[in-house]
Amino acid sequence: MMRILKYVIIDILKNRIVLVYTIMLALFSWSAFSLEDNAAKGLLTVLNIILLTVPLVSVLFSTIYVYNSNEFIELLLSHPVKRSMIWKALFSGLSLSMVIAFLIGTGIPLLLFADTSTALLMMAGGSLLTVIFIAIAFLCSMITRDKAKGIGLSIMLWIYFALLFDGLVLFLFFQFAEYPIESVVVGLSALSPIDLCRILILMKLDVSAMMGFTGAVFQKLFGTNWGLMASFSLLAMWSVAPFYLSLRKFKKKDL
Amino acid sequence: MIFKRAIIVFIFLKISLLMLTTYSANATVWTVSPTTQTKSIKQALETAHAGDTIHILKGTYKEGNIIIDKPITLFGEDFPILDGELKNEVISIKSNDVTIKGLQLQNSGRMVMSDPGAVKVYDSKNIIIEQNILLNNYFGIYLQYSNHCIIKNNIIKATQKAENQSGNGIHCWKSDSIQIIGNKIVGHRDGIYFEFVKNSVIWRNRSINNLRYGLHFMFSNDNTYISNYFRSNGAGVAVMYSKKVTMIHNTIEENWGDAAYGILFKELSDCYLSGNIFKRNTTGILFDGCSRTLLEHNTFQANGWAIRLQASSIDNRLEKNNFIGNTFDATTNGTLTLNHFSENYWDKYEGYDLDKDKIGDVPYHPLSLYAVIIEKNPPAMLLYRSFMISLLDKSEKLIPSLTPENFIDKSPKMIPNKI
Repeated sequence: MMRILKYVIIDILKNRIVLVYTIMLALFSWSAFSLEDNAAKGLLTVLNIILLTVPLVSVLFSTIYVYNSNEFIELLLSHPVKRSMIWKALFSGLSLSMVIAFLIGTGIPLLLFADTSTALLMMAGGSLLTVIFIAIAFLCSMITRDKAKGIGLSIMLWIYFALLFDGLVLFLFFQFAEYPIESVVVGLSALSPIDLCRILILMKLDVSAMMGFTGAVFQKLFGTNWGLMASFSLLAMWSVAPFYLSLRKFKKKDL
Repeated sequence: MIFKRAIIVFIFLKISLLMLTTYSANATVWTVSPTTQTKSIKQALETAHAGDTIHILKGTYKEGNIIIDKPITLFGEDFPILDGELKNEVISIKSNDVTIKGLQLQNSGRMVMSDPGAVKVYDSKNIIIEQNILLNNYFGIYLQYSNHCIIKNNIIKATQKAENQSGNGIHCWKSDSIQIIGNKIVGHRDGIYFEFVKNSVIWRNRSINNLRYGLHFMFSNDNTYISNYFRSNGAGVAVMYSKKVTMIHNTIEENWGDAAYGILFKELSDCYLSGNIFKRNTTGILFDGCSRTLLEHNTFQANGWAIRLQASSIDNRLEKNNFIGNTFDATTNGTLTLNHFSENYWDKYEGYDLDKDKIGDVPYHPLSLYAVIIEKNPPAMLLYRSFMISLLDKSEKLIPSLTPENFIDKSPKMIPNKI
């Protein structure tokens, strides 16, 4: 597996897209912190990068990469290696390079400009989102054989998680304004990894506002160490589940 | 002419100096200590005459309620302990011109009917309470119908858990011309409590971790609060039904909770706030039924809501304040706004300054759409900072439809105001 992993990583590095991605992230993050007069506003820009750009690039690049390595996979399959081994190596190679790109691009300025606990939380969130959306990309590429359909599906999923889901939740809030739906909504937020990640960071960034009104309810659920652990394990589930599904498909698939 | 006046002043000074020396020549100093002949403060009080000093040496004195009914100075060395054994009021002052200095007063009684305090002043003038340590009392220092009193450099601490078992640190009722300076108040119900107190100054006090309010006053006009520090009090600072209050250079921090406000202004008018710092509060200031108040040069930083301006407030002016890093700069509960914002610095301002006069060319709307949404539907806070919400906010900024159009700062500053 290590050898396949090595080939995958060398291939990705040759590709240069990940390199460009790192430089782009670094440019955005550094300029966010150095152009704004206070670090709090820079943090918000970086938060948007983490919640929008990182998932989009992860999901798109991985989908295309998996489709393009079809021939490579077929070649590997002619050798005596287990199918699951190939798929796992591909996944870890992609995840590793994308997470390292994210940590170099965004993590360093975060550690330098933001306070350490916020920076670590945002770095953990961003890394998890990267892995989750790579897993979703793997699932998409397994669902359909057609490259255009696969990419379309992954973009749709990104739009759903990044934009539509929040709109739906807001709609629910207004429809059921008369009912105590706080805990229901907390449960709903577990259905979108981007939301989960955003709320975790929100609890840290807007702690004063979250202490008031019904914010206290959320603070109780997410702000404690147990809440933090529960949310992170949910995020971990989000990265494992789609990948596991895609693995099962890959094992049986007639390539 | 000037020479003549100088002579008159000189003679006057001479006479007053003479009077002072004669007065102190008559005063006797009585020493109380567990080892000397006079072992009890009460005994010393009986024998002392007006104007005498009672010098209390180190030791523990459990003498029940000590009543001072003549002008006297109680002076403690190395903080002698006067213990109320959770039954009594420790010192009751029922005379003018009394000074209490350098004592440790502790464990006053806990009756709700009589409100015993460590020191309670009844209908007196010219009282000085200075450099004492007050521990675990029901009320700390309690003034009623008193005026021209000085409460200075005391440390007042209590450890009660519930509001109903705890009294106020410094409690003043129907008093006039009080000076409260440099005290530290921790763990009482209200740090400083005023009701019907006039013409008083509160300067350089620290009020921290009190159960209810750091500072609480009602019906108290013409008072001035300077350079005080309030932090982590159960519900912040609450001021109600008062006029002509001045607050300068106070710092109010970390009042967190549903009903906690940096300052709660209820039915206040003609007040002036300058140079205050509001940091990390759930709500910086709540205005409820306030009028003609001027806020200038204040700093609002990292609050949940910097200002909550209820529609019942009119003619308040917010000028040259700095709003930095707040989740929401302002919110309101109605559509009518009769208050005025000008020349504030808002870090969320995204306008431009073409004529380089350091004032933005387009007005700033401190009220964001999402602040309005949350006012109506508080749980929606969970969606804050999501891309969808940012889009909604941006579109509302371009074409205002839901937010009141006169809730506006027409001359927002491009760089922070100098405080």
